[in-house]
Amino acid sequence: MSILSDIKETVTGIGGILTGLSITLRHIFRKPATVQFPEEKRPMPERFRGSIVLTRDPDGAERCVACYLCSGACPVDCISMAAAEAENGRRYAAWFRINFARCILCGLCAEACPTLAIQMAPEMIPSKRQVIDWVYEKEDLLIDGTGKDPNYNFYRHAGIGVVSPRGGNPGEQPPVDVRTLLP
Amino acid sequence: MTWNAVDIALMLGKIVALYAIILTFAAYLVLAERRILAWMQDRIGPNRVGPFGLMQPLADVIKMLTKEDMIPKAADRLLFSLAPAMAAIPAILTFSVVPLGAPLHLFGREVALQITDLDVGVLFFLALSAIAVYGIALGGWASNSKYALLGSIRGLSQLISYELSMGLSLVPVVMLSKSFRLSDIVNAQADMPFIVYQPLAFVIFLVSIFAECRRIPFDLPEAEGELVAGFHSEYSGMRFGLFFVGEYINIIALSALASLFFLGGWRGPLLPPIVWFFLKVFVIAFLFIWVRGTLPRLRYDQLMHLGWKFLTPLALLNILATGWWLALR
Repeated sequence: MSILSDIKETVTGIGGILTGLSITLRHIFRKPATVQFPEEKRPMPERFRGSIVLTRDPDGAERCVACYLCSGACPVDCISMAAAEAENGRRYAAWFRINFARCILCGLCAEACPTLAIQMAPEMIPSKRQVIDWVYEKEDLLIDGTGKDPNYNFYRHAGIGVVSPRGGNPGEQPPVDVRTLLP
Repeated sequence: MTWNAVDIALMLGKIVALYAIILTFAAYLVLAERRILAWMQDRIGPNRVGPFGLMQPLADVIKMLTKEDMIPKAADRLLFSLAPAMAAIPAILTFSVVPLGAPLHLFGREVALQITDLDVGVLFFLALSAIAVYGIALGGWASNSKYALLGSIRGLSQLISYELSMGLSLVPVVMLSKSFRLSDIVNAQADMPFIVYQPLAFVIFLVSIFAECRRIPFDLPEAEGELVAGFHSEYSGMRFGLFFVGEYINIIALSALASLFFLGGWRGPLLPPIVWFFLKVFVIAFLFIWVRGTLPRLRYDQLMHLGWKFLTPLALLNILATGWWLALR
């Protein structure tokens, strides 16, 4: 190593350090990329799985028919409910409970739901100080809207003789008397 | 010299005021560092405690004091509890020779804005920075942990190496001012700060104080990527806090000395002297933070190479050139 190349190396080295310093100095005046979370929320994609809601049908009634399919599909067993029946035979959940301390937001419940009652929503559940606060009851889960399929109403398509007489739904045919089919 | 009650009261007042100034300054330097580093990384930094996060140092102190204070079973208890103090005390002591401003006239006497105007102030500072090595050495040794020991060994060799170039870079300053007394050095810069005559010595001193403070790019003793936290790995609670605050007091002390030796101390036009002094300290402290936000850590052999094969010969050459210049002038 000659002294000349040493000097050259020193000069380029100092130049590199100064370039770095100028870059960091410029970044001081740049707008920070931080989103201050609890006050300022990032808009989530529509299909983001941030929380679970219970939706209502277009008429404003609860969609849930307490079929337990979501509870059965749930890999962490965080959904529990008790089924009840109204006077007209319509099933509903007497209580419905999701333990978000256990929920992994996998979305299998929403996939399993035949009435589109349980749906994933993009809003995230805030953190809590007590684990018990993570347990959401039906009142906490129910929303006023219809969620992802605004026109779908399970009892317009199925639901044996509960809302409309059997065979009265669109696309349905009246029940067949099997005895007439006998040879 | 006889001392009467006013003298003693003035001295005590100066000591208490200096303590208050340094500790507040150190606490807010931590916050400033966190905020400025955050800005450099396009983040915001701590802004939750109080307006703009200004109460953050208070929250940190409360956190440190309420943390569990652990001493490892295999540690040397006496040295372990002694080491943090040995790291922080020399840093604070350095301030006793720093003149903060022009002498004031109070109660019919001239009051120098420094605790004591030692006639060997420069040597006192060099001696204290050598003693500061003990805090690191004992902290790492007494912890009885391999990471701490490795960190302290690195720290020892690094601090000893860079003390050399730091001391040598101060020789031209002493040659120019013809005194070891810090107030004389400041007075010698009445017309022109020494950075104009000694830019090279200033750069060498700056690099050396970065190494003395164990700051990035010379933070090998605490290299968190390799050594957990280096020599203070085993410390918790306020003992760690002392190491931490000692590091920041050290930054302020060395910034103050850099401004005294090269930037003219409290001398400057228009503004009052003490404002000038703190402005210069701020600028150098900002430089510390700025460099930390920019440079990566050196490799160990690069560190030793820079210290022994580059800065020390350069400082010697600089002394030679200064002597030549002084003789021929």
